Amino acid sequence: MIDGANINAICKREFRSYFATPLALIFLCAFLILNGFFTFELGNFFELGEADLGSFFVWHPWLYLFIVPAISMRLWAEERKTGTIELLFTYPVSLFEAMAGKFLAAWAFLGFALLLTLPIVFTAYYLGDPDGGVIVASYCGSFLLAGACLAIGIAVSAATDNQVIAFVISTSICLALTLLGFDPVVQALHKVFPPTVIEQITNLSFPFHFEAIRRGVLDFRDIFYFLSIIGLGLFSGAIVLDKVKAQ
Amino acid sequence: MTELIKTENLGRHFGEIRAVDGISFSASRGEVLGFLGPNGAGKSTTMKLLTGFLTPSFGTATVGGYDIISQSRQVRSCLGYLPENAPLYGDMEVADFLKFVCEIRKIAPSDRKRAIDTATQRAGLAEVLSQRIETLSKGYRRRVGLAQALVHDPEILILDEPTDGLDPNQKHDVRELISTLAKDKCILLSTHILEEVEEVCSRIVIISRGKIVADGTADELRTRTESHGVVKMRLAGAEAQRLTQSVAAVSGVRDVAVSTANDEVLLQVTPHNGDFSIHGLVERVLAEHCEIRDLSVERGHLDEVFRAITETVDTSGRP
Repeated sequence: MIDGANINAICKREFRSYFATPLALIFLCAFLILNGFFTFELGNFFELGEADLGSFFVWHPWLYLFIVPAISMRLWAEERKTGTIELLFTYPVSLFEAMAGKFLAAWAFLGFALLLTLPIVFTAYYLGDPDGGVIVASYCGSFLLAGACLAIGIAVSAATDNQVIAFVISTSICLALTLLGFDPVVQALHKVFPPTVIEQITNLSFPFHFEAIRRGVLDFRDIFYFLSIIGLGLFSGAIVLDKVKAQ
Repeated sequence: MTELIKTENLGRHFGEIRAVDGISFSASRGEVLGFLGPNGAGKSTTMKLLTGFLTPSFGTATVGGYDIISQSRQVRSCLGYLPENAPLYGDMEVADFLKFVCEIRKIAPSDRKRAIDTATQRAGLAEVLSQRIETLSKGYRRRVGLAQALVHDPEILILDEPTDGLDPNQKHDVRELISTLAKDKCILLSTHILEEVEEVCSRIVIISRGKIVADGTADELRTRTESHGVVKMRLAGAEAQRLTQSVAAVSGVRDVAVSTANDEVLLQVTPHNGDFSIHGLVERVLAEHCEIRDLSVERGHLDEVFRAITETVDTSGRP
């Protein structure tokens, strides 16, 4: 039995805790500055001469590699370090409710950060006539991608009370899932594996599904992929937490 | 139902280490059960088992009539718990934290204000409600820990070292609070401060190396000490040698020690547990034409019991 009220209470508490310290502000600034840097400096947004946000969204998998673990690393690691995990789990809440509450808070926070990038959409509309459907799909894709990275991060955070270790491991896992769909890596894999295997491998990667959504096609399979990663992350995180919470 | 906490052969091991090794006890409403034991004896682990934070490796227990394994959520709903060192969300304000506890404890929104007011008033927190928890002193943090355990007015309270690290005044306040709450609740508290146990607990369970080694009231435990029942007298006008012989013949006397200081004789009589009566002793002493200037009967000391019991177990050859 899952109690939504518990998830809500934990989610609200967690979300507020971001804003109790300068953490949220620093994170949001870093997120927007890096986004700007990637889009305008590396993505040559203006020089492309096109009114679309491809050069903005294409960097998101790389940006989330570092940005999302920075958020997720403290989710459980801190509870374990300060001992509040004992307080939380002696309240009448289940492991999954706590996991889901924390995840939703962090996901909502990332969604909020994403909303703050809306001025770039207005810029695109000011400069030309971009495809609104593609932009909406891209935002959805980016949000789902952030959720998937977050779910991996939260599971890793459950396994260690050291935030640095949590950060490094989550980044490594997300990097692996990103590189599997990164062209230079895929080409290198072609020398080792037959094409059918390569196809399976790239199917598992973040870019494969993110790119599909980013092109404006909200396919059920791509959405399902991200939701499965989220579900898997939360579920395995809850199992890990049950094993290690007492240590 | 009067037994609110009942454990049967409850145990938990971590790898090879048996932190709690088959303990059975029960506690009822109106009781303050003191959990006493050296560090690492298994007090905290037992509390973590009862509060559903850990699952037992063997044995069972019920809290508030609910099984701690199959009805863990109900167990956690009906008790208030103060974990060791009172961990709290430091980045929250006291009032916000208590509101969160109300939500998670399913207190109806209309009752929340009253619940928080009562808990903060009991824990003496009113003046720091709008402060962030991490800015509070250790004493206040402990009180916040107590307030979160009390907010839903549970009938069972489990407090892990509630006065640890507090100054004497704060300790006094917390003990007063516990005594006030004791009337209609069942309270299990752990400590290694013996005076605390004597002051607030109606019953004591001593645990050592994961096992219960004593269970009884403070008075019952004191009878286990060497010094329990020893009669000490300060006498004037006595002749030591003759007095010793005379007193040793009183029925129930096991041992007599006499020493002289100035012109007084100090008489120390250790009785057998059985048929000794102070009346008989005093009559005999008076018959020796002594003047009794002072008379005291030793009740025994809990720290003696504690040391005797826990050290015996420590040398029992377990690794």
